[in-house]
Amino acid sequence: MDIFRYIAKRYTLIIDSDIFYSFRRSPVTVVAAVITVTYILGTIFAPWIAPHNSYDLTSLSLLDAFLPPAWIEGGTTNFLLGTDDQGRGILSTIIWGSRLSLGVGFAAVIFSGILGTALGLISGSAGGRVDAFIMRVAEVQLTFPAILIALLVDGVSRGLMNVYEAEAMAIYVVIFSIGVSFWPQYARTVRASTVVEMEKSYVEAAQVAGRHPAVIMVRHVLPNVMGPVLVITTINLALAIILEATLSFLGVGIPPTEPSLGTMIRIGNDYLFSGEWWITVFPGAALAVLVLAVNLLGDWMRDAFNPKLR
Amino acid sequence: MLAFIIRRILQSIVVMLMVALLSFTLFRYVGDPVVSMVGRDTTFEERAALRETLGLNDPIVVQFGRFVKNASMGDFGISYEQRRPVIDLIAERAPATLELSFVSGLFALVVGVFMGVYSGLHKDGFLSKLFQSVSLVGISLPPFLIGILLIYLFAVILGWLPSMGRGEVRQLGFWSTGFLSFSGLISLILPAITLGLFQMTLIMRLVRSEMLEVMRTDYIKFARARGLTNRAVNFGHALKNTLVPVITVTGLQLGQIIAYSIITETVFQWPGMGYLFLQAVQRVDLPVMGAYLVLVALIFVVINLIVDFLYYVVDPRLRMEGGAVS
Amino acid sequence: MSEQLLDVQDLRVMLPTRKGLLTAVDGVSMSIAAGEVLGVVGESGAGKSLTGAAITGLLEPPLYIANGKIELEGKRIDNLSYSKMRRIRGKQIGAIFQDPLTSLNPLYSVGRQLVETITTHLPVSDAVAKRQAIDLLKEVGLPAAEARIGHFPHQFSGGMRQRVVIALALCANPRLIIADEPTTALDVSIQAQIIRLLKRLCREHKTAVMLITHDMGVIAETADRVAVMYAGRIVEVGPVKDVIKNPHHPYTVGLMNSIPSIAREVEWLTQIDGAMPRLNDIPDGCAFHPRCPHAFERCRRERPNLIPMRNSQAACWLCKKEGADEQRQ
Repeated sequence: MDIFRYIAKRYTLIIDSDIFYSFRRSPVTVVAAVITVTYILGTIFAPWIAPHNSYDLTSLSLLDAFLPPAWIEGGTTNFLLGTDDQGRGILSTIIWGSRLSLGVGFAAVIFSGILGTALGLISGSAGGRVDAFIMRVAEVQLTFPAILIALLVDGVSRGLMNVYEAEAMAIYVVIFSIGVSFWPQYARTVRASTVVEMEKSYVEAAQVAGRHPAVIMVRHVLPNVMGPVLVITTINLALAIILEATLSFLGVGIPPTEPSLGTMIRIGNDYLFSGEWWITVFPGAALAVLVLAVNLLGDWMRDAFNPKLR
Repeated sequence: MLAFIIRRILQSIVVMLMVALLSFTLFRYVGDPVVSMVGRDTTFEERAALRETLGLNDPIVVQFGRFVKNASMGDFGISYEQRRPVIDLIAERAPATLELSFVSGLFALVVGVFMGVYSGLHKDGFLSKLFQSVSLVGISLPPFLIGILLIYLFAVILGWLPSMGRGEVRQLGFWSTGFLSFSGLISLILPAITLGLFQMTLIMRLVRSEMLEVMRTDYIKFARARGLTNRAVNFGHALKNTLVPVITVTGLQLGQIIAYSIITETVFQWPGMGYLFLQAVQRVDLPVMGAYLVLVALIFVVINLIVDFLYYVVDPRLRMEGGAVS
Repeated sequence: MSEQLLDVQDLRVMLPTRKGLLTAVDGVSMSIAAGEVLGVVGESGAGKSLTGAAITGLLEPPLYIANGKIELEGKRIDNLSYSKMRRIRGKQIGAIFQDPLTSLNPLYSVGRQLVETITTHLPVSDAVAKRQAIDLLKEVGLPAAEARIGHFPHQFSGGMRQRVVIALALCANPRLIIADEPTTALDVSIQAQIIRLLKRLCREHKTAVMLITHDMGVIAETADRVAVMYAGRIVEVGPVKDVIKNPHHPYTVGLMNSIPSIAREVEWLTQIDGAMPRLNDIPDGCAFHPRCPHAFERCRRERPNLIPMRNSQAACWLCKKEGADEQRQ
């Protein structure tokens, strides 16, 4: 029964900790966490939750196009939030689109996190020219906004692939271009922490004991930099979702056959003047609520992990 | 000081060369410039001749040198799409982007600093909480969505402000300005707010947290203990000490505004460089992409130099050569 | 008591935390006569700096004064508004903080900071203020004051900076200076100079000083009277000579034994075992009893108040009757 005692001890540790205390004390954060978890669950179970499969082109009928939400005259309960120009149900498309937005966001953040953390560890532990080079590149890239880098990567990939390849690879190109534009922040943070940790005696002791540098990095240094990395990841997740939506809105992201939230807003924007506001407003609200919730979590995490600002 | 400035300028040149190399690689290796330039019925011999006249057979270093030389004189080649010199296209559209960015930057700076100072000084005040909430929304709403919502509210529903374009534009030599006509000025309002809101939020949050940090320092406590007035403590001592980080970030943010104008210009159909760049990306118009990149980099580098110079003005510790910095 | 410059009665400072209200300063009473130097000594966390901050009206929220009154020249100052208190700070009560390296604003020249303080409190022009500033800098022993007045804080050494800080505290001729660990951050070789300077200046300007320190040696050299603080309370107070020669409270005895002295030949310096309790678990009875070598039953149950002795007062049950000293030698 040791395992239970261990779990119980862990549990009380978490419940008693300052971080959990500050979490409980902030109702806004709790709400944000609930919303985020709801989105994540909703996107995982999208095929079972969504009333229609918006990505199945054969199920769409143009006769259903431009239906208003159910509570407005002309709407039907079959499409609670109305339909778009292709006859896709807005509600279903939001659920599927959130799945795409969150999936791309997570993938991009994980990709940039791994890339940036690895480069930061290398930079901080190797020092010398390698360090100078990586940091210089990071610095130069940081002066360019993420959107510009992402657009550039996107443009280049279009130049390198033909139309059909580009269509099929679009989602990976988006993930890659967002991921590439986020790595410097991780690299700089991780490098700074690594340099500090490398000075500490336990790392020296491990070096003297003849442990392989990579083992030292992973076993000793990495756990110490996870806090800030987690905070950056949360904040970047929000940014990545925005960036994906922006790329899709600009028409260089996810293709319109499988709309993400950004693509939906782009489609709806064309019909805003003619009065079909629901095509834009509902996906826009869904996007805003998601990003706001993630941002609130990130904000709270930054304060909780950084007692100086509390 | 002089040595520092020279070093910074040299670093800037290195950065520009890196960007130029990127731009050159784009132009030279992503797609074939010759194929993009000629029609489909050009013979192989004609293509080879064009290749030779363009110098594409020269050693790569020579080609890069030529690229840098041409670029430094403003020659970025011919747009694949529009068949006109890239520099002409950019020169036509630069005023629209620069005017919009300038107004947005000013808006972000003035409102952001004001809100930041206020909420830094009155940490728990009602207005501070309101500002904090507004700032979170400002960070969470993607700029294009803000633009769309503003258009829907002020142009579609209320009909107060124009939703697209620059309004009436006057020509001053090579510069086309919207500042001199009423329709030009009101056309700036919505795009400028859309573009500046995100930066305003960042500046506000930065100023706030810097103010909170500075208010805890010993010299602020000591300034209070000396019985200085609140105004002297808050603005004379605290605000000035927040300036160094604020200048850094603000400088970078103002540079970013120019790039973010890509989005705003698309939403408001603003005839600027950002819109041009987006079209270039969609149509793989590499010379335009490369030129835009170099140009934006140049603007960033210049802003960075100005920021470095401002440090010197603000912080005496940097002014003194070899002064002990604690 | 009316001739006292500063009179603090039963001051209580509270700190609200998530685990409830903590008492950081607990019923402190003290007074300082004009021109007198009162040393306040104790470990960090004993409440000495908070007492100083309460007097200057600069307690940082959420700390607050829950009880007691503070009178300056017979007028209550603990309930003044922020702006009224501001006029007293610098003008009537000066303050010197621990770290001269961070007490000065790095972005302004020392001259500007001096002129600013002088013109805030005295009706003089900038030019006059500048002349006064130069005189002050000369007075605190800054070489080439005219030339250095335009210099920035980072161009001065630590000792020189603390001299500037002293000049800043003195520049409106306050009646009282609260010096909170004025020498702790300095090199040992500089400490004595600064203390001597402070003492000389205050004598010349007839300024009283509340000298807060953890260093009993500094107190012995400088102060007229001393108050020993432990866990938010004053445990012993009296003229320095009496307290040093004849300490009553076991804690004071411990502090005295931990000062190195050439006169006293000892093998090693004794230390007081244990540590001062944290604010959230101050024991019942006498707060010192867990560390006290003489503690007995009553110490664990009842908290002693200050008991008047021949010249001093001490809060210890051993001091119940006159001449109880012999028991502890």
